[in-house]
Amino acid sequence: MAVTRNADAVAPVRSSSAFSIWLTRHASMSLGALGRLCRQPVASLMIILVIGVTLALPAAINVVVKNAQSVSGSWDNALDFSVYLRLDLTVSEAEGLARLIGQRADIASVDLVTSDEALAEFKQQSGFGAALDQLSENPLPHALVVRPSPGNTGESLILLQEEIGNLPETDLVQVDTEWVQRFHAILDIVRQALAIGAALLGLAIVVIIGNTIRLDIENRREEIEVTKLIGASNAFVRRPFLWTGFWYGLLGGSFALLLVQYGLYLLRDPVTRLAGLYQGNITVATLGLTESFAIIGTAVFLGLFASWTTAARHMRRIEPR
Amino acid sequence: MIQLDNVTKRYPGGQEALSGLSLSVNKGEMVFITGHSGAGKSTLLRLIALIDRPTGGQVIVDKQNTRRVKRRKIPAYRRQIGMVFQDHKLLSDRPVFDNVALPLIIAGVSRRDAARRVRAALDQVSLLHKENQNPLTLSAGEQQRVGIARAIVTRPKLLIADEPTGNLDPDLSLEVMRIFRRFNEVGVTLLIASHDIALIDRLGCRRIALEGGKLQDEIDPWQ
Repeated sequence: MAVTRNADAVAPVRSSSAFSIWLTRHASMSLGALGRLCRQPVASLMIILVIGVTLALPAAINVVVKNAQSVSGSWDNALDFSVYLRLDLTVSEAEGLARLIGQRADIASVDLVTSDEALAEFKQQSGFGAALDQLSENPLPHALVVRPSPGNTGESLILLQEEIGNLPETDLVQVDTEWVQRFHAILDIVRQALAIGAALLGLAIVVIIGNTIRLDIENRREEIEVTKLIGASNAFVRRPFLWTGFWYGLLGGSFALLLVQYGLYLLRDPVTRLAGLYQGNITVATLGLTESFAIIGTAVFLGLFASWTTAARHMRRIEPR
Repeated sequence: MIQLDNVTKRYPGGQEALSGLSLSVNKGEMVFITGHSGAGKSTLLRLIALIDRPTGGQVIVDKQNTRRVKRRKIPAYRRQIGMVFQDHKLLSDRPVFDNVALPLIIAGVSRRDAARRVRAALDQVSLLHKENQNPLTLSAGEQQRVGIARAIVTRPKLLIADEPTGNLDPDLSLEVMRIFRRFNEVGVTLLIASHDIALIDRLGCRRIALEGGKLQDEIDPWQ
């Protein structure tokens, strides 16, 4: 029990590399922070729950918007417009016109719906079959369903529609895709609102985590003071709290992801049924790998940011007395 | 090792804890500071540990003028000094071993080296067998010895202690002082604040008496 060591050897012995020491230190600190969370399971779970729900909200709305976009995207192709021809045109004249228009570069295809076809379809779909049979002659004109080529812009489409409307054979051009544009405008508003809402919710998460870390720091004030007294830097005493923020973010983000995925799972059947009604092949867009990582990444970033700013503010204040 | 030149410390509110104090402690010395409470013992140690800064004068520790140690550099400065406190300031949320290892962890010593040095330090205070216990389960004397082990685990050249035997009975106090004596024998400089004059006289060390923040008396048994 004699003191045999040379007291002059103050410099710490470093046999392993500084990096591996740094790494093991961080690993043990991160596990320590996780352990502290586990020792207060109820409190930690509440915070993770709050973060999860707060993040799941904008993420879920984002998925809804994305789905709406993909559905309306298929409507984008539906820029078809109908051209009703003058009543006195014969079938062969109409066919000739259809061929002529169909040759234009800005038109992908032209379908002729003759007045007989139109009447037959109307009879079948309207249910007025018997009443329509009473008519002595067909009141419907021949019509062309024009599908513009994909290269058209909104402006060239209007020009094209005008041009065809001015043909002597044309009676009326009917465009029925305005509501698609309105829908797009609404989606834009929703997306803007979503961005604002997401920013506010992110701020809420920062405040929640920051406040929790602040309480944690107050509870461990004595430990921080003692550690500083024996030579710990601000960075050293801050580190465990950064890890706490990291874990809150990671666990909260994962929980949010779980919530969104479960919500989408619940929605899958109703959407499939709805799609069946529209004979469409609508599939629910789920969260891709990138988006999943983005949610968790955002949560981790918010956790680190919150703990960093809070710890930095309080560590400077807590000095040994 | 320690040199104070005309040091004054005035606390906000006006009272002067130290006024124009000059003293020096040589390398390898073991020196006691005595005086009533309020005489300035703790303030002196606080200035050396850079918990406070002097209002006037200079404090030079191991050739470093503490005035020039920037706020950011204080942690590195403190790591060169071992500190023992009256209330030992152990952390009760971790075992003895982790308490003693803390200065090494802060200094960035690898786990294996740290374990070796913690055991060596605990051995020097005869507490190797209690490394896994919580400090709260130890007696007052044992707790203070753990505090000493933590102070010496980084092998500092200078050790300062503020009333290290303040809460101990005479037998335990003597034991603690003997431990300090052994460190002194291997070259550690010690500056110990204490009011236990009877005990100090038994050890035969230089004694600096403070009174009202001023040097009152200096007793050197070797002169």
